Amino acid sequence: MADELLPHLFRTEYRKIVSVLGKKFGFDQLEIAEDIVSDTFFAAASTWGLKGTVPANPTAWLYNVAKNKAINYLEHNQVFDHKIAPELKRQSNEDAEFEIDLSPKNINDSQLQMMFAICHPSIPVESQIGLSLRILCGFGIDEIADAFLADKEAINKRLFRAKQKLREEKVNISLPGAAELDDRLQTVLRTIYLFFNEGYYSVSQNKTLRKDVCFEAIRLCYMLAQNISTNKPDVNALLSLMCFHASRFDARLDEKGEQILYEEQDTNRWDSDLVLRGEYFLNMSASGTKLSKYHVEAMIAYWHTNREDTAEKWENILSLYNQLLFIEYSPVAALNRTYAVSKVHGKEKALVEAKKLELTDNHFYFALLGELYSGLDNNEAKNNFGKAMEMAKTASDKNTIRKKIEKLR
Amino acid sequence: MKEFLFIYRREANADQGVQWSPERIQALMKPWQDWLGSLAAQNKLIDRGNRLDGDGTVVKPNNVVTNGPYVEMKEAVGGYSIVKAKDLKEASELAKGCPIITVGGSVEVRTILEM
Repeated sequence: MADELLPHLFRTEYRKIVSVLGKKFGFDQLEIAEDIVSDTFFAAASTWGLKGTVPANPTAWLYNVAKNKAINYLEHNQVFDHKIAPELKRQSNEDAEFEIDLSPKNINDSQLQMMFAICHPSIPVESQIGLSLRILCGFGIDEIADAFLADKEAINKRLFRAKQKLREEKVNISLPGAAELDDRLQTVLRTIYLFFNEGYYSVSQNKTLRKDVCFEAIRLCYMLAQNISTNKPDVNALLSLMCFHASRFDARLDEKGEQILYEEQDTNRWDSDLVLRGEYFLNMSASGTKLSKYHVEAMIAYWHTNREDTAEKWENILSLYNQLLFIEYSPVAALNRTYAVSKVHGKEKALVEAKKLELTDNHFYFALLGELYSGLDNNEAKNNFGKAMEMAKTASDKNTIRKKIEKLR
Repeated sequence: MKEFLFIYRREANADQGVQWSPERIQALMKPWQDWLGSLAAQNKLIDRGNRLDGDGTVVKPNNVVTNGPYVEMKEAVGGYSIVKAKDLKEASELAKGCPIITVGGSVEVRTILEM
């Protein structure tokens, strides 16, 4: 029984305990907090495995052991007396030094504060994502390496440097003040968004892992929506966007982890529950005066939950892509807008628009040209698909394009 | 890349007597949105700018204030945007698709000098 239970508990509890201890110890001793939690799980594995039974309340058991280990450490560590104790004494005049508060409220608060501390503008976004996966989601270094398609050594180094930087910058594990909150929240949202994309568009073949990454991103964003001070319209918009995308997760990958194009997806495999959630959060996002890019992207994703091609659908999508580009230029948005132009005004008009984009270092640009030439000039279509295939980086992308070329024959 | 100001002009009082409806406004806005969207997709749009109301005054020396800028002008400024382009030639090329031209208006393209 312990065999199945422990990995599950690790996924759900590691991050909670590590956030609480990390918050208590600060970035200076984050590694020690991580070690204590790892030791706790190691103790669980050996004790439960040896006895062949699991305690009646395994979570409480873990919290207790972690708490004792943490207190032990605090009591015996010299550093504590010199560095942390004066700090703690300033915060409270109680005998609170050795108090490890693993109440639901403190767990929640600590995780949220840890999220803001990790998603700090002083470290690069890929480090923010890596640390989030490790600390906030309890992913192992192996899994992170697999998700990023990097080797373990590189990931370890990246996380080490990030923690070092956070120490140097003396980043507090706390929620930013009201004046700073909006700015810092933008960084957090951007990291969650890229974090989600890392799972959604990952080059990793590990489908289960990719899905886990996506749902962890949704969970982190949901935590923001659950907290009064961070429950902002753009948080709900991002949540909505991710729910809509995630609703197609199972339909867009085949057994081999290869991509199935939107038009060819089995709509029965779209997750209607997640679509409903997406709609719910989209409604929740409709307040305030600011239209964020997450709002616009969520609305685009909303229109895509309706597979039927209607004039209304594509006119709306085109108009939304225009708005998205007004907020922020990105090559993806420019390419998608041009595709929408073809749906509204026809392929000839879209070709004229496409050629103005000049995104010649992007294989999707040539894939789009191939798509637009298909049916107008199949030779040109093949040429462009050919270029796209040559430039595509993953086998899966190359395969998708190859299928397009085969259809032209 | 340099920045350029697009100044949209059209015949003064062209809209007089027009019955405005949401549909009509929508129909007028759409080509603008598509055109500006196209500039944005090329990463050439800096600022969509604004439309200007027909009402206005002209303030002259000796505290002379006249109603409307159109007394001596056939064309009135209806709005502006800021784009970026390699040179004036490319900027002018970008202006060619502007919807104001299809209703007999014009786009004045001016290079913005850096301070």
